[in-house]
Amino acid sequence: MESQKQVLERLRGAFRSGVTRPAQFRLTQLQAMMKLFEDNETQILEAMHKDLAKPKFEAVLSEIDIVVNDLCYTISNLQTWMQHSYVGTNLATKLDDCFVRREPLGVVLIIGAWNYPLQLILSPLIGAIAAGNCAILKPSEISQATEKLIAELIPKYLSQECYAVICGGAEETKTLLENRFDHIFYTGSQSVARCILQAAAVHLTPVTLELGGKCPCLIYGRLDMKAAAKRLVWAKFFNAGQSCVAPDYVLCTAETREMLLPFIKEALESFYGSEPQQSPDMGRIVTDRHWKRLVELLKKSEGKVVIGGESVRENKYMAPTVVVDVKESDALMQEEIFGPILPILTIKSLDEGINFVNEREKPLALYAFSDESQVVTTVLERTSSGGFCSNDGIAHMTLPGLPFGGVGASGMGNYHGRWTFETFSHKRGCMLRGWGLERVNVLRYPPYTESNLSWLRWATTAKKKGWWAGCSVM
Amino acid sequence: MSREQKAVERARKAFLTGRSKALEYRITQLKNLLRFVKERQKEIAEGLKKDLKRSEFGTPLYETLGLESEINLAVRNLKEWAAPRPVSKSMMTISDQVYIQPEPLGVVLVIGAWNYPWAVTIGPLLGAIAAGNAAVIKPSEVSSHTSKVMEDLLPLYLDKEMYPVVTGGVTETQELLKQRFDHIFYTGNGTVGKIIMEAAAKHLTPTTLELGGKSPCYIDKNCDLAVACRRIAWGKYSNCGQTCIAPDYILCDPSMQDRVIEEIKKNIKDFYSEDPKKCMDYGRIINQRHFKRLMALLEGSTIAVGGENDESECYIAPTVLRDVKPDAKVMQEEIFGPLLPVLTVSGADEAIKFINQREKPLALYIFSSDSKLIKHMIAETSSGGVLANDCLMHFSVSSLPFGGVGNSGMGRYHGKYGFDHLSHLRSCLIKQLKMEGMNNMRYPPHTADKLGWARFFILKHVDFGSLGRMALLLGLLVVLVAVIVQRNYTD
Repeated sequence: MESQKQVLERLRGAFRSGVTRPAQFRLTQLQAMMKLFEDNETQILEAMHKDLAKPKFEAVLSEIDIVVNDLCYTISNLQTWMQHSYVGTNLATKLDDCFVRREPLGVVLIIGAWNYPLQLILSPLIGAIAAGNCAILKPSEISQATEKLIAELIPKYLSQECYAVICGGAEETKTLLENRFDHIFYTGSQSVARCILQAAAVHLTPVTLELGGKCPCLIYGRLDMKAAAKRLVWAKFFNAGQSCVAPDYVLCTAETREMLLPFIKEALESFYGSEPQQSPDMGRIVTDRHWKRLVELLKKSEGKVVIGGESVRENKYMAPTVVVDVKESDALMQEEIFGPILPILTIKSLDEGINFVNEREKPLALYAFSDESQVVTTVLERTSSGGFCSNDGIAHMTLPGLPFGGVGASGMGNYHGRWTFETFSHKRGCMLRGWGLERVNVLRYPPYTESNLSWLRWATTAKKKGWWAGCSVM
Repeated sequence: MSREQKAVERARKAFLTGRSKALEYRITQLKNLLRFVKERQKEIAEGLKKDLKRSEFGTPLYETLGLESEINLAVRNLKEWAAPRPVSKSMMTISDQVYIQPEPLGVVLVIGAWNYPWAVTIGPLLGAIAAGNAAVIKPSEVSSHTSKVMEDLLPLYLDKEMYPVVTGGVTETQELLKQRFDHIFYTGNGTVGKIIMEAAAKHLTPTTLELGGKSPCYIDKNCDLAVACRRIAWGKYSNCGQTCIAPDYILCDPSMQDRVIEEIKKNIKDFYSEDPKKCMDYGRIINQRHFKRLMALLEGSTIAVGGENDESECYIAPTVLRDVKPDAKVMQEEIFGPLLPVLTVSGADEAIKFINQREKPLALYIFSSDSKLIKHMIAETSSGGVLANDCLMHFSVSSLPFGGVGNSGMGRYHGKYGFDHLSHLRSCLIKQLKMEGMNNMRYPPHTADKLGWARFFILKHVDFGSLGRMALLLGLLVVLVAVIVQRNYTD
């Protein structure tokens, strides 16, 4: 069995050989990944079910289709993305070729998470491959069935020279991080992210961190309660609330809450029936430890449980739960919930809601439900978050044109679609000059004179409005 | 509360008032910055003269002309840069607004360097201002006179709450780094870069590190050697070699070495006269510590040109070293001084091998008339940026991203890149509560039918280009049919 160091050396050798550089190689690998999905849909769904009791529908949409879509999108656009982008120049550099090359970084490390165990490791891999890198995948050890599947399938479909899977827990990951990578892509928690950044600092390795936080959901003003409730419930209880972009808690007035609750109840019943535990569409908590954490949170909470609250240890089940009269100091408000518990906090005004959000760490996603566009605009303009979606949840992260990532405590960097490609590329500025125009260059050489300076000033400042570049002689 | 803590808190308070969000405010600050640069040339030049013996013309040439240009660019383009950027939609979001909104990050820490203290401190600052951030400016204490000018004069032009200048050395910087920032922009060396990244890790703060390295300069047999050497001499000895993108060392064929050295010697004389020490246009080493460091680097290498020095003045003559070996002292670290080693290699491929055995540099210089060779060298190497047939100039093109890769740094700036890099690009999806019926396919209880629809609608990416063309064709067909049918009726 190869040691971590041996794997890394092998991949580095492969990268140096230049094999990943041609577009054709990258396309072949991406097409192989497509085949991986085509051939193994059943096994994938089985693994999802084992790890999270993930309903087939959710697994298909959020683990298979979303990745396959990204693959199609990347395959059709790769050649375009790989082209040089020529940039504008000024008078002094008019005869020069100025362009930006997107180049691979080298060997990258992608650390996955357990809640969408396939999507969160393979989606970054698409961009890493597309950008011409070699990659080591470290799937989450918590979603064991998927971890096993990834370790089995990746070497079967992708080039074993260029891509490897390394499995293990905290200790193995710590050791892995002692090595030097050209980029580290991590999805997970803030506390682990700090360790990763510290390890990356030793080698000056750039890092993308997809973290989480408490995603607030403001519901305010005039709105279609029924539609809002359905969308909220869908986004919250998808994957049993274990989504980094799940609406974590709701902020609304007492009146809104009273009108909303019956619709939430109705939506839950229509989705999962009167016994959600019996519904094949209700997921489970990933491990016993996580289940216990959620049960504890609910116990410690001083709010009033108005819907759900039941939990069964044997199958790590927790009912879709709604808690009202939750205060700022409540246990449910001290950490990211990451489960099927929805606290509703009461606010008296939109300002109060916005201030509440702004007093906290910037979340990965922020949601605002309202039929009044002024409300939506106000929330958007007065807050900050990784992404924003009005009148729905989660949807914004399904669009490959939008960069998906956090800000502040919710992360740094972004990906999806072309953004993944750019994340794993180095944008190298290139300028190719000729021998001519040496007479212009004379202006910059010593001995320096006033008149030379004026000429230079004139030649190097963009005059027309709308010209892209100004320039100096450094 | 320490002085540093106070400054950061004041900046945060200023940011939280929201006044830096308005474009008018940012433009006003940028214009004030421009006014500062123009009105205070004298003070700026005096500071630079004391710090680096920068000549009178060196100030605009190497520091302020570039800043003026960048500020004007930002002012002209800010509205466009800060505007929402629409992106492509899916079938389900056809009637929604989908766009990226650039937003300020918050409070940015800009740590400047001493070699081009204005360019590398105000350069990032103007990007931070344009992006709507507050910024704490920490100029390098090594260029102490310039630091004082910044401390005394910047607050007279800029919003001093929003953009405080905090001077000081290592202790003060460490105190600053304990505070929480929304981005740290550092220009300097790799050792300190690692310390900064580690400090930033505690707060999960993203960093831009503009570092350095040994920027190789390959001279091909097939090139206009006279022009090449002139450009290289200018790139190397400006600011006494203390430039992060100075050509650090030369790689050329053994048969060329003598001629290269001769040409460079000639240009040194043209630029700085027979006695560069007396020449107004030739600078000095920043301080004794660096002077001693550079003198030590000479050990074991053969001096072909120059070598004269005067510790009392921190003067080192423009120097060329010949037949330098890869394991020579001068090849073990970034030189950052007026010593130009020449190493011999037989051809571009050996040069590529040599370059690739080392850390990725901030800049790569290739001198050749063979454009195929140039493209080959670019394809086979990696570096922050590349410039063929000249030195330094790529720094001045605002539309090119300026930054390193690997050991030479992370992140980039100049022009729109500076704006984007110090912004948060926030994804926005604005939906209505209407058309709820469409969403039924995604709600449980899940059925195979619903799954089929959902797979089609929710994630499918739409190429509006071809759809549009198809729609147009269809439309034309319908019109044609209608016309024909009408004709039949009237006949």
